[in-house]
Amino acid sequence: MVVMTESTSAEQFGSSRVKRGLAEMLKGGVIMDVVTAAQARIAEDAGAVAVMALERVPADIRAQGGVARMSDPDLIDSIIAEVNIPVMAKTRIGHFVEAQILEVLGVDYIDESEVLSPADYVNHIDKWNFTIPFVCGATTLGEALRRITEGAAMIRSKGEAGTGDVSEATKHIRTINGEIKRLSSMSRDELYVAAKELQAPYELVAEIASTGKLPVVLFTAGGVATPADAAMMMQLGADGVFVGSGIFKAGNPEQRAAAIVKAVTFYDDAKVIAGVSRGLGEAMVGINVSDIPAPHRLATRGW
Amino acid sequence: MLALQGDFREHAQVLRDLGASVDLVRRPEELDRLDGLVIPGGESSVMDKLARTFGLAEPLRAAIRGGLPVYGTCAGLIMLADTILDGMNGQQSLGGLDIAVRRNAFGSQTASFETDLDIPALGVKPVHAVFIRAPVVETLGPRATALATLDDGRCVAVEQGNLLGTSFHPEITGEYRFHRYFLQKLVVAAR
Repeated sequence: MVVMTESTSAEQFGSSRVKRGLAEMLKGGVIMDVVTAAQARIAEDAGAVAVMALERVPADIRAQGGVARMSDPDLIDSIIAEVNIPVMAKTRIGHFVEAQILEVLGVDYIDESEVLSPADYVNHIDKWNFTIPFVCGATTLGEALRRITEGAAMIRSKGEAGTGDVSEATKHIRTINGEIKRLSSMSRDELYVAAKELQAPYELVAEIASTGKLPVVLFTAGGVATPADAAMMMQLGADGVFVGSGIFKAGNPEQRAAAIVKAVTFYDDAKVIAGVSRGLGEAMVGINVSDIPAPHRLATRGW
Repeated sequence: MLALQGDFREHAQVLRDLGASVDLVRRPEELDRLDGLVIPGGESSVMDKLARTFGLAEPLRAAIRGGLPVYGTCAGLIMLADTILDGMNGQQSLGGLDIAVRRNAFGSQTASFETDLDIPALGVKPVHAVFIRAPVVETLGPRATALATLDDGRCVAVEQGNLLGTSFHPEITGEYRFHRYFLQKLVVAAR
């Protein structure tokens, strides 16, 4: 019998370290939603650290309704061809075949996203099955930990996509970081109960209690529309920011995109943020989250 | 520590663990008091833009010419290269290393990998290296020296006087020898 062993010098693809590592490199950056190659060009020129390729931005998905799905592979190909920075794309929650397609298309990260219509209301994708890394949304620490347990290599707090109203993004990043702080103050007997309540493995909960942070990068998303919004998310402890409809639904996308990039780098310097906030023209009109009936809120998708 | 974008906190932690005092640099006036600089992993085109927009690029070029010790990982290696291949339109580097670097030389993220490298300059124990959408040194000029190569011969770590560059990320694997090696350069340069 021949036993195959992996030599130590063998190259290892798709390990957790490699998957989580790409997100580490995106920190302090802005990931922008784009729906065409031309928008991807604007995003890269403005200093986006990655782009999210999709067919409709969340504001349009919200306005037009209907089932929102993975983008056409031709569109994704055209965006990959246009830019040098990493390209992400969205799959529906639980739709592992869309994820298989995105993996063969050669995108760099998959977003299993509540912005699209869920394909499975019970199970999320088993993300360990893939070489490509996944980012998933979360509104609470428990949700983040369940996604990490399923193999997510990056978490984004959900906010309420397509609104231009940052209040839900604020709530979710505060909730997640607040819950992490609470874990840090717990004794071991309390952590067993916390793990049960968070519906997450004890080992992961204990690790977070001792390190005081998630084992993966945490970005914020959903409603960020201005440089000040983005800087606020950074001051609240986000590692970086996703901007969806906020850029290309605004009056002057080139300038707004570049301003948000600068505000994220200098998130703690109000003078710089004031400077880049000048003369940006009209921000996206947006919609107040409190005006959206509960069944139409995207953040409640996923569990 | 250049802190415009990327994994600068991981680098800063390694340097502090080794006893160095670390400042995060984002503005030209913060360059004056440095004995050395680390440029982290991240998105090189973004670092380039921010460095130029906020007036850091020119003073940094001058400092590198003047002998400032600099260590760059991944995007940082690209920033230190005299020539960038496959860069974004108009992308500039700070330069200093007599090399041409190909950006994102392995392809998309699914081609990112980890492996062990033999690096005699750092001792007999191999270096466990993580490559993430990593660059490779495609052309090595006469002034630069290769420190590490992949099995296929491609160069992934270089040294030239006070400059050090790696395609991979020691800062995320608990590998301290590169940073220690770099800090020794600082001590020598300060004499």
